[in-house]
Amino acid sequence: MLKIENLHATVGDTEILKGLSLTLNAGEIHAIMGPNGAGKSTLAYALGGRPGYEVTSGSVDFTTAVRAEPVEAQDGEAPASDPSTSSGRTVDLLDMDPHERAAAGIFLGFQYPVEIPGVSNLQFLRESLNAQRTSRGEDPLSGAEFIKLAKEKAALLKMDMDMLKRAVNVGFSGGEKKRNEMVQMGIINPKLAILDETDSGLDIDALRTVGSGINAIMRKPDKAVLLITHYQRLLDEVKPDFVHVLADGRIVKTGGPELAIQLENEGYEAIAEAA
Amino acid sequence: MNAPLPTRRDEAWRYADLKALEPIWPKLAGPEKINVPAGETVSRQIDALTVVDGVGMVDLDVTIGDKATFQIHVLAHNADYGRIQVKATLGNGSHFELGGAILGSGSQTLEIVTETIHAEPNATSNQVVRSVLAGKAVGSFLGKINVARHAQKTDAAQSVKSMLLDRGATANAKPELEIFADDVKCAHGATVGELDKQALFYMASRGITPALAKKLMLQAFIADAFVSVADDTEREAIESKALEVLEALS
Repeated sequence: MLKIENLHATVGDTEILKGLSLTLNAGEIHAIMGPNGAGKSTLAYALGGRPGYEVTSGSVDFTTAVRAEPVEAQDGEAPASDPSTSSGRTVDLLDMDPHERAAAGIFLGFQYPVEIPGVSNLQFLRESLNAQRTSRGEDPLSGAEFIKLAKEKAALLKMDMDMLKRAVNVGFSGGEKKRNEMVQMGIINPKLAILDETDSGLDIDALRTVGSGINAIMRKPDKAVLLITHYQRLLDEVKPDFVHVLADGRIVKTGGPELAIQLENEGYEAIAEAA
Repeated sequence: MNAPLPTRRDEAWRYADLKALEPIWPKLAGPEKINVPAGETVSRQIDALTVVDGVGMVDLDVTIGDKATFQIHVLAHNADYGRIQVKATLGNGSHFELGGAILGSGSQTLEIVTETIHAEPNATSNQVVRSVLAGKAVGSFLGKINVARHAQKTDAAQSVKSMLLDRGATANAKPELEIFADDVKCAHGATVGELDKQALFYMASRGITPALAKKLMLQAFIADAFVSVADDTEREAIESKALEVLEALS
């Protein structure tokens, strides 16, 4: 689904990503852990296309199954086709504008979600969803269809509909902003979610809600998640298939869920040095 | 008009386009006098200026009776030089409301100049001006508030915010307060900024095109100027006119 090869990226004059390679297949959840300043957020922003995060070399290919509908097993049978191997459309992500990347199926969950005064959450999300649908050649959702979808996803994340009527993130607590990111993800229903420290600022109950939200929305055979986190705790809720350690702009170690536990016990330094 | 042409030394004409004004100055009739009788409400809504030789001028001298209200909502956009000048004299317990949006581009000079005279106690005034300026446009707000010695319990507010879309655009905001009473509230705030790049990227990351993101943010920005329009239909009318003008801005 996502193939990052030898990615180099700079912010200002400083090179932050120094040859990062990573492949995510459909159906997989990958966690990226690493010390402060390793380049985790830079990776998220470079993939999202944020201005100021300049990719100087490397490639990022993004493949989605053509018109992939959610694959559901019937009568206990295996799905007709395995979406991770089915032929799809591959695009060069680095060649696209941020809004085109979103329309292609990428969702970026922000570490610090931005406040947009005067624009209501509902209006913002409806415009977002319909802009994406339009660019994919699909019909925009009607007001009623949209509200139904928004209600369903807000309930999933235990968010009050009144909050969706308020201006985007304005006056929201840190935890509410993160929960709102997940409601947005539910409504937009992306193929690939890149979640940058979605767990920071959440209390234990909110962490559980957000974790089960991620599972409900993204744990699908035709989707993938890149979960950037500092803490093992979120990984108890959202079980990763792979854990990578990012240090000094590169992936220095890759393992299964047990690697997260090892990191929690031993710290980054020991593992980054041993690698 | 017989008065001599103002100069830039006149504080109230400091940012005016006097060159544009000169040819039509003698033809100007002077301020339109409006008397709002005690206890009544008069509202004006202007979504386009009447323009003669490139100049659009609204000049009002309003006397607001006791417990009366005068409201004006104005969209300044369609003149090379546009000026909305309002002098409001407030009676006991009266209210003056001004909501203005200045939407300029090219080499337009657009300004709102107010003189609010709190002549009697217990009166309130609220002025909200939002400017969106592209190209080399100049948008100005000059707001003088005068509170007489016995006009206690005056509550006067001004909020002026400007958004510059291009490097060559200019915004001027100048509150001028003369307060002689001691039990009053006079709030005034002014900001000049540009579109929030973080918000633009945030919107793009959700699939919103740059043009739509800009439109949504500017629409929200100028909406403050019209929240005080009580009638929903009238508010929607001036807002949709504003949106139409915004879409045409660079």
